[in-house]
Amino acid sequence: MIVNGVAIDDTFAEAFGMKATRIVVTARNLEWARNAAAAATGFATSVIGCGCEAGIERELAPHETPDGRPGVSVLLFAVSTKELAKQLERRVGQCILTSPSSAVYAGLDDGEKLPLGKQLRYFGDGHQVSKLIDGRRYWRVPVMDGEFIAEEATRVTKAIGGGNFLILAAGQDEALRAAEAAIAAMRGLSGVVMPFPGGVVRSGSKVGSKYKALSASTNHAFCPTLRGVVDTALDAGVDCVLEIVIDGLTDGEIRGAMRAGLQAVCRLGAAAGVRRISAGNYGGKLGPFHYRLRELLG
Amino acid sequence: MNAPGHLELRQRAAATLRLDLSGLIPEALAGKARSDIERIALAVGRRQVALAELFDVRGEPGDTLVIHTLDDRCDRIGAGMSRGLLRVEGPAGAYVGLGATGGRVSVSADCGPYCGAASSGALIEVEGHCGDFIGGALPGEHAGMNGGTVWVRGSAGDRAGDHMRRGLILVEGDCGDFAASRMGGGTVAVLGRVGAHAGYAMRRGTILALGPRPQPAPTFQDCGTHRLGFLVLLQRAWARTVPASKFGRLTRADARAARWVGDAGFGGQGELLHWGES
Repeated sequence: MIVNGVAIDDTFAEAFGMKATRIVVTARNLEWARNAAAAATGFATSVIGCGCEAGIERELAPHETPDGRPGVSVLLFAVSTKELAKQLERRVGQCILTSPSSAVYAGLDDGEKLPLGKQLRYFGDGHQVSKLIDGRRYWRVPVMDGEFIAEEATRVTKAIGGGNFLILAAGQDEALRAAEAAIAAMRGLSGVVMPFPGGVVRSGSKVGSKYKALSASTNHAFCPTLRGVVDTALDAGVDCVLEIVIDGLTDGEIRGAMRAGLQAVCRLGAAAGVRRISAGNYGGKLGPFHYRLRELLG
Repeated sequence: MNAPGHLELRQRAAATLRLDLSGLIPEALAGKARSDIERIALAVGRRQVALAELFDVRGEPGDTLVIHTLDDRCDRIGAGMSRGLLRVEGPAGAYVGLGATGGRVSVSADCGPYCGAASSGALIEVEGHCGDFIGGALPGEHAGMNGGTVWVRGSAGDRAGDHMRRGLILVEGDCGDFAASRMGGGTVAVLGRVGAHAGYAMRRGTILALGPRPQPAPTFQDCGTHRLGFLVLLQRAWARTVPASKFGRLTRADARAARWVGDAGFGGQGELLHWGES
């Protein structure tokens, strides 16, 4: 399959079940909501080393937030509900509670409860106040700029992590341009985040390593500088590969985001130095969710 | 299970003694034959009297019950109710919605004391004025209102929210003295004047004065004026849950409120807030 001169591999992205939640962060203005959310989603690129994968889903207008202030919605993904609860508490406690004028609310209404302000309230040292408003409990925690409002709990839902595709291009400039176009098309779509820096990862990994202590190592088949010494997956003329990883709340949202990203890359086409699009998988044996590139572009 | 039905009870003559109507709630009457309803024994003073001697019965029992009253001697209307709609056309006596856990009770005129006492989930609406101890605890008891909403379009008497633990009392008019006395949680919001000694023996909870600035007791400590984000949440919730009330139509853009904390005489951490027009 060739689209606008770009070869589409007959392969699929393999993704895994995860647990996820959505929170809504608001502040006096959008800049401070972004500051809080950016801090809370920092160092959250991969569950391998960060405990969770997280990102800003989209910005919210005042009429979309519980308190009528500007805000952002944030998605967090982890391998278990327990780990998700731990990461959520730490990140909200260290990054959102601390951010001036911030407040945090649940972004999901269904599913098992996940503590949000339930533990953080103890920061109030006995001066915290609970308010049950229209069936939802909020905690008012006194802080140095007034009160931090945190809804007591958000909800956890089953989700999917690890949707991906690889952009194979003539060089780094061409690959970056294509990746940026893909992210621009995907960012803001409901229910998905691309957790790596700028949404893009250059250190795609394979399972295992020659070193026993490591569970993952560089995906040598896609490293252009190893083309001559390993069983390479790269053709001549491909000198840079960038990957986009997508975590989503539902199968449909991952499909929609991948389709949007793939189409954006294909629109640039071979004329912009894009040679091929591929995807990462483990032979279909590990992850139950498979996203075939040719189906998505069909 | 919902039962679409509409039963009306019309009081035949003004009562000479107090009537206990606590058994007359939609869920208790649903499925009953009219003849059975007419034979229900009601307490009138010390006597038991068949319902049909006091009320004309019309319609079929179901989710809605309408009671037309002639005086304020009909007590315990809606007591123990958990679902459905109970409408009172006329005045109501004491203990409207006593211990109600759900459903909606509305009274078209004034009602007596202890309206919504010990209730925990119902919406009780009074279009007239209310007596003392709305949302309070029964004498000798410690369990005041524990959830739900009491919405008074008129004014409330003394001791509103006495021993209240959770829930919301909305008073569109004035509120008497000792509002939120012995309160342990919940919110009493007043659009009119808040009487003297508000929050006496209060431990937790909120008195929210939206009209004239209240006069805090000396045992309430001034904590200044601050922007309190939860007031916006309250205002938005009122617009959804009681849109027809004056509270539901509030559009205060600035959430700055004066805050006093007390009752210090009881180690309390309750709060008296004044959220005036900006």
